[in-house]
Amino acid sequence: MSLINTLARLEATRSGHAQPLATTRHRHLSDRPLVLVPLTTAGEAGAPLGALVGTDREAPRLLVVPQPRDRDLRFAFLADLAETVLPHLDSYADDTEPAERNETDPETGKRVKVEVELCRDAPQLIVPSRSGIDYVRLLGRSMRFRRTAEQDPDAPYPAPPHIPLLGRWLTHYGERVRTPGAALLLCATDLLSRHWATGQSSLEDLHLGALLAWIDPPEGESGAEAARRAETGRDARGQLLCPPAGPATDPAFDNALLAPAIDAYDLARKNFAGAEDGGSADARLGELAAAERHVRDLLSAQLLPAWHATWRALDLVRALPEGPRAAERWTRDRWSYTGHRDRVRAGEPPQPRRDSAVGAAQKLASRETEQARLEAQEALDDPLVMAARRLTGEAFTSEVTGVEPAWTETKRPTPRPLVTVRTADLPQLGGGDEQVKVYRSLDGGSQSAEFVRWEAAGVLTLRLLNAMGRAKDPAPGTVPEVGDRICWTLFPHEQRGGAKLPDPEDTPWTHGGPPAVDGDDAHERPDPITPDDLL
Amino acid sequence: MTRPPADRPGFDPGAEAARATAGILHDTLHGTHRGVVVDSPPGAGKSTLVVRAALELASAGRPLMVVAQTNAQVDDLVLRLAEKQPDLPVGRLHSSESDPYDKALDDLPQVRKSAKAADLAGIDVVLSTAAKWAHVKGVEPWRHAIVDEAYQMRSDSLLAVASLFEQALFVGDPGQLDPFSIVGADQWAGLSYDPSASAVSTLLAHNPQLPQHRLPVSWRLPASAAPLVSDAFYPYTPFRSGTGPEDRRLSFGVPSSGSAPDRVIDEAAESGWGLLELPARHTPRTDPEAVGALAQVVRRLLDRGGAALSERSPDPTPLTADRVAVGTAHRDQAAAVRAALAALGVTGVAVDTANRLQGREFDVTVVLHPLSGRPDATAFHLETGRLCVLASRHRHACIVICREGVTGLLDEHPSTEPVQLGVTVKFPDGWEANHSVLAHLAEHRVRWVPGR
Repeated sequence: MSLINTLARLEATRSGHAQPLATTRHRHLSDRPLVLVPLTTAGEAGAPLGALVGTDREAPRLLVVPQPRDRDLRFAFLADLAETVLPHLDSYADDTEPAERNETDPETGKRVKVEVELCRDAPQLIVPSRSGIDYVRLLGRSMRFRRTAEQDPDAPYPAPPHIPLLGRWLTHYGERVRTPGAALLLCATDLLSRHWATGQSSLEDLHLGALLAWIDPPEGESGAEAARRAETGRDARGQLLCPPAGPATDPAFDNALLAPAIDAYDLARKNFAGAEDGGSADARLGELAAAERHVRDLLSAQLLPAWHATWRALDLVRALPEGPRAAERWTRDRWSYTGHRDRVRAGEPPQPRRDSAVGAAQKLASRETEQARLEAQEALDDPLVMAARRLTGEAFTSEVTGVEPAWTETKRPTPRPLVTVRTADLPQLGGGDEQVKVYRSLDGGSQSAEFVRWEAAGVLTLRLLNAMGRAKDPAPGTVPEVGDRICWTLFPHEQRGGAKLPDPEDTPWTHGGPPAVDGDDAHERPDPITPDDLL
Repeated sequence: MTRPPADRPGFDPGAEAARATAGILHDTLHGTHRGVVVDSPPGAGKSTLVVRAALELASAGRPLMVVAQTNAQVDDLVLRLAEKQPDLPVGRLHSSESDPYDKALDDLPQVRKSAKAADLAGIDVVLSTAAKWAHVKGVEPWRHAIVDEAYQMRSDSLLAVASLFEQALFVGDPGQLDPFSIVGADQWAGLSYDPSASAVSTLLAHNPQLPQHRLPVSWRLPASAAPLVSDAFYPYTPFRSGTGPEDRRLSFGVPSSGSAPDRVIDEAAESGWGLLELPARHTPRTDPEAVGALAQVVRRLLDRGGAALSERSPDPTPLTADRVAVGTAHRDQAAAVRAALAALGVTGVAVDTANRLQGREFDVTVVLHPLSGRPDATAFHLETGRLCVLASRHRHACIVICREGVTGLLDEHPSTEPVQLGVTVKFPDGWEANHSVLAHLAEHRVRWVPGR
């Protein structure tokens, strides 16, 4: 944690209210996000219990599995979820703009520009908490290898239509989260804790109710008190005043309310199945419906606070102006969405269970690039973030006190002017063996300079290296003037991608050689059914 | 349990090392395997081995590429090759940035330098960094490669260069810092080709039959340091020092003034280790008192006219600034130490983080303990390799500056990293290694309350 974040937390502790960590919003927010609040069944991995989902905060759709161990009911839940989520994801697919992408020409091996479609916007998915993101990933994993009756007429337990497709989309969204700065799938707790510091630990910040209490406490109450109530307050029946934002439920709720309701549902179902004549069947159907309604009401009461909290979090974050470079990163999210749309349309198989050696290395490389990009962009967008970098000596603000023209000693001299600046910051320049480079923003790009020497305490000389045009004299406006105030960073503003990795079929012997090509697309089969899978 | 060979009476370090080297060269030149792995403890002659293997391969007429991890390592190898065999044509592939290689290479006529691999075609030995090699495409593969510091190379960077060679010698120190990534890579933990793991772990996971060798003797570490480093960091692959207790001596012309810095210097000169312990306190990373104490120790080291006697020459060599290094865990600590040294008028002492001191050697090192003054012990600060690097750079003595209370801190922070399926658990873990180093250092403790 940077010093300035520590300070903000200390100030939050003292004042009882969260302190801002940012002056701009560092994540793009869609005008029409799809919010999903999932609940899972305790002790039953991957058995959804219920969810609230929708784009209208006043009218969420409640989906419930009244008996989570019943696979048919689970499938029905997932089919309903697909029915809600997929149309939203699809609604962005056909609104495209022309764009260019660099591709390798398979014949010449050269990099060429290819005209492609890019979706103008992309659907955004919001969940309450980080474990919600993990749950999205788990749902994706559990669905994408399922086969529908249409795909495989011999499948013993065919999945309803669309379930594999929803699994592929949720997998894509779950995987995209791992790219730093990506905003296709966001969680409310991360959004809030990126922009505010509370007076509690970052572990406690994972509780959406408590986090929101610090940032936006009820009138006349301190954040700390409100957070404590949100975390531990219980009503007369021993139920939490602020139920957890899922996917895990509170054990007290499970034991005291949910388990009896599910038992009642089971009994009603058994009675209905055992009904002997039309009249009693009608009555028992009514009992079954009532039992199901009871489960729905219980889950709705658990889910609604998290639903409203998630929307409230969006309101708070949305109130901050979006950082200019967050929009640039959203374009990358649009590329990601468009790319997956294209793969689905091309009929490609679902994402593999495990990445290949080359696939994993590519992902890691691109995420490292994105991480460096995110750190640079957030600092450039936001003086408060830049202040943290200045405190660690990775950036410094300065005033230009002298400019001296100079050129390279080559056949065609190019400008290398010396700029003397005064700074009150303590940049980590020199001392090591290597030449230190610094960067500043210029005309939407950046200009680099190298550190020459310290002239006196707080006064240093830099030599400009580029972005001064091709002529012998620097282009106007490219060299700072005396009196200019400039923020230099020791980190580059733009990131270069790494070297190209081999194609998967050329995986070298050190990494196990090329992956085996499975016959009959065996790699996309669902997990084999074991006796444990059946009740 | 059989006694490790290093403890055998009558152990002849020179002969043992020569036997190990001969085995390695035999497997490299005449072996049938595509790879040979060599584990080398600190200062065991890794670079010497790389140079020797390169020369033998070149003289056998086998074109060779050498992959190192940093430009400084590549330049160092080029200079060593040139020193051993001045008539051997050597290619130095470098980046296209400004000032890409050591200027000393310009004085060597047999070294051709280029940013394009095609310009260096036909040269017996071509050296570059892994990052630069990754950009080389469309060339005939080399028959042989030597990968230096292979334990510090990441699996994905081996993936990018492995198609450039047919067989390879991988040399490295398993006890030093593992490679790291700036983003989480837990997703791939346990996969044989986890891209964030070290190149050697991926290589061996896929090719378990490859011959593995070990250099048994550290020529750098003195007799006072080898047992501690070996026990704390290499408990299952012990090594010993090439020199005996009488072969190295550190003495000072100016007698001790009785101050704590002088006393800890004398303790370290006598025993090889010194711990300057400041009172317990939670401090920021750049603890001003600890940094100040460290600077004073360095100042006194240089002022007291130190002389280092070793097996290298019959006469003692003066302990000058370039023979002293300061090691820290963080870059801001290094910057703070540099500033403090500059304020005391000390120049020419290398001050850097553990990462950057890897592979370097000094007569005396002064180390700011990674856990000094911390309220917590994170995985970063507990990493075995970090402490191992800091405790194994010296030929004569190592002085550690630390706040009291680290033992208690360790006890309050047992390792809590989740165990990942399929990942080989590293022994010893940093917690254990830290405890054993501290227990040893405690015997060489000098307490100091600055300002008194």
